Amino acid sequence: MLRLERRPQPSRTWVWAAPVLAVVLTMLAGGVLFAALGKDPVAAIRLIFWDPLFSQQFAAFSRPQLLVKAAPLILIAIGLAIGFRANIWNIGAEGQYIIGALCAAAVALAFFPAGPVDARFLGLEFTMDSAPSRWWLFPLMIAAGAAGGFVWAMIPAILKTRFNTNEILVSLLLVYVAEKLLAAAALGWLRNPEGAGFPGSRNLSRFPEAANLELIPNTGMHWGVVAAIIAVIFGYILLHRHMLGFQVQLAGQAPRAARFAGVAPARLVIFCLGLSGLMAGMAGMFEVTGPARMITIDFNAGYGFVAIIVAFLGRLHPVGIVLAGFLMALTYIGGELAQFTLGLPSAAIQVFQGMLLFFLLALDMLSNYRIRLTAREVTP
Amino acid sequence: MNRRQLLAGTALALGLSTGLGTVALADDPLRVGFVYIGPVGDQGWTFIHDQARQTAEAHFEGRIETSFVESVPYGADAERVMTQMALSGIDMIFATTFGYGPDVNAVAARFPDVAFEHATGFMQEEPNVSLYNARFYEGRAVIGHIAGRMTETNTVGYIASFPIPEVVMGINSAFLHARAANPDVQFRVVWVYSWFDPAQEAAAAEALIEQGADVIMQHTDSTGAIRIAQERGVLAFGQAADMSAAAPDVHLTAIINQWAPYYIERIQARLDGEWEARDTWYGIGEGMVGMAPLHARIPDDVRAEAEGMIAEIAAGDYHPFTGPINRQDGTPWLAEGEVAPDGDLLGMGFYVEGMTGEIPD
Repeated sequence: MLRLERRPQPSRTWVWAAPVLAVVLTMLAGGVLFAALGKDPVAAIRLIFWDPLFSQQFAAFSRPQLLVKAAPLILIAIGLAIGFRANIWNIGAEGQYIIGALCAAAVALAFFPAGPVDARFLGLEFTMDSAPSRWWLFPLMIAAGAAGGFVWAMIPAILKTRFNTNEILVSLLLVYVAEKLLAAAALGWLRNPEGAGFPGSRNLSRFPEAANLELIPNTGMHWGVVAAIIAVIFGYILLHRHMLGFQVQLAGQAPRAARFAGVAPARLVIFCLGLSGLMAGMAGMFEVTGPARMITIDFNAGYGFVAIIVAFLGRLHPVGIVLAGFLMALTYIGGELAQFTLGLPSAAIQVFQGMLLFFLLALDMLSNYRIRLTAREVTP
Repeated sequence: MNRRQLLAGTALALGLSTGLGTVALADDPLRVGFVYIGPVGDQGWTFIHDQARQTAEAHFEGRIETSFVESVPYGADAERVMTQMALSGIDMIFATTFGYGPDVNAVAARFPDVAFEHATGFMQEEPNVSLYNARFYEGRAVIGHIAGRMTETNTVGYIASFPIPEVVMGINSAFLHARAANPDVQFRVVWVYSWFDPAQEAAAAEALIEQGADVIMQHTDSTGAIRIAQERGVLAFGQAADMSAAAPDVHLTAIINQWAPYYIERIQARLDGEWEARDTWYGIGEGMVGMAPLHARIPDDVRAEAEGMIAEIAAGDYHPFTGPINRQDGTPWLAEGEVAPDGDLLGMGFYVEGMTGEIPD
């Protein structure tokens, strides 16, 4: 019969083979699902995984879009992964993302307009008139976004260190508070006065000093992508080359040993929640000034939650997170193609994405356990 | 990648491109794409748009081919979906919520040959972007009248979504006609800050009933509130679709969004090569706003009045916002006999005289 035997050390092979196998199994199970829905499974899988990257028709557009979709996921996931390694569970990145975006937009709009605003601004050319360029505005907005996310994450952090509340619950529930603040902002204090009474702020992507545009046309490369790249490098150094990273991992794997080694648990909670909140806030800032263009009632599109999947899919490792971020982005973009080309319901695509995490977690067992075939009489 | 893989890849790419290249021949059906904010199963806003899509597809019997993507958020996602649709050779795109405005215009600028139809929005920056909306306030006038005549507690509960002109306009229209029918009527408004949240809408209905409301109106999309009305035995009106199945005893009527005639008209124009960008605001007369069958418990005289009002509005003889109407603060808005300009309605940010409470900011 089958028996599970704990490995003395997690298998290095399986740690990296599990995600690959999970993708393969997801394709197979997804294919069965799509076939059960009466759609051609091969065509569906090809639309999801191949066409966004290689089809002549879509690739030129969708390859840069992968960067746009993956960048906020990666930026948020890196921050989350550092906390997760220390067993500190920030589930509320979505809320920190919203607050970051709100703070950044508020700063931008506080300085609006004074400066050239081209109403027909479409992304490539705009002229800076004689008005002196306020180069400091964009960095100030980044700082505001980061600060917003940080402060929002400090609520569960301080409640945990002071009153020992559960940071999972508090950070999650604060997402709903953030959503209400977002709606209030879109309808009230950030509403576009020229928006014909509709909710939503001014279009920040048409406010040159505040806009987060493509740095090189048609590459999808914007400041958020740059920030994500920096975050990956920073995350790698922190986790693998720095004492703090060692403390984070020690606290996660052996909390008592960590305490003996002089790791202050409270400070670690503040650090991990603060850092992940800061990065989520920055992601919100880059999103609202670029791809999303403006604050709307439901500006948040779930990046903060999907980033949790990305963090785990990437094995809480910066390089893995990059791969996982692109994979998730691919399933979104390809999933949309499959929806309107084959008529797949969006729920099927969500199930497909869910399967990916499901298979990964199931296969995770193999890195910690080995499966043994034993004769029946051995069982006590 | 070795050479064989490279060759295989190239062959596949070539096969794909030639395969797709054949799609754009003259005899092929017109391809029409729909972008939805919610899931097609929401039984409200998106559901009714998708019903219209199916009606249009059936109407054209193979001359068009429709497709859709559901649950698409505003911003980058909507822009990407519409761009991919345009790249795939879709000729006409219906973007079915106001939040898609900037996305529709951005994509329209890049694809001047694709016709864009944008529902309930206001941004029209490109020559290939049409706007369409329904005069829902006409339906609200009818239910306002019925509510005014049928309430016994003189209290009507109103579940509102967001404080935007569309919703404020609806409250005002219902209130004016309830007051005209019954000078003692009061409206109580609860803002739920959501278009679709069955639990919250149900809680709002409970709260309104506790405050004495015996008629419930809603400007939200779920059946959450009307189910509570059925349970508690108070009167209610459906929204977007006929919701009588959820509340068979108390569902007096519903304001129904009927997009199909417009979709058919516009797709036909595109098929004929005569499509041009427009700004459409149709009401009961043009068939974009419909009323569900009036419930048997509506007394005959009220029924006759409601039917008369529907007929007058449809014929263009009566505009629900006809003066004299003052603003809530008593300042005059419309003089005797004056009809509200569309611009005033589309930007409406005030209650009319007699309404209590404030519009939240």
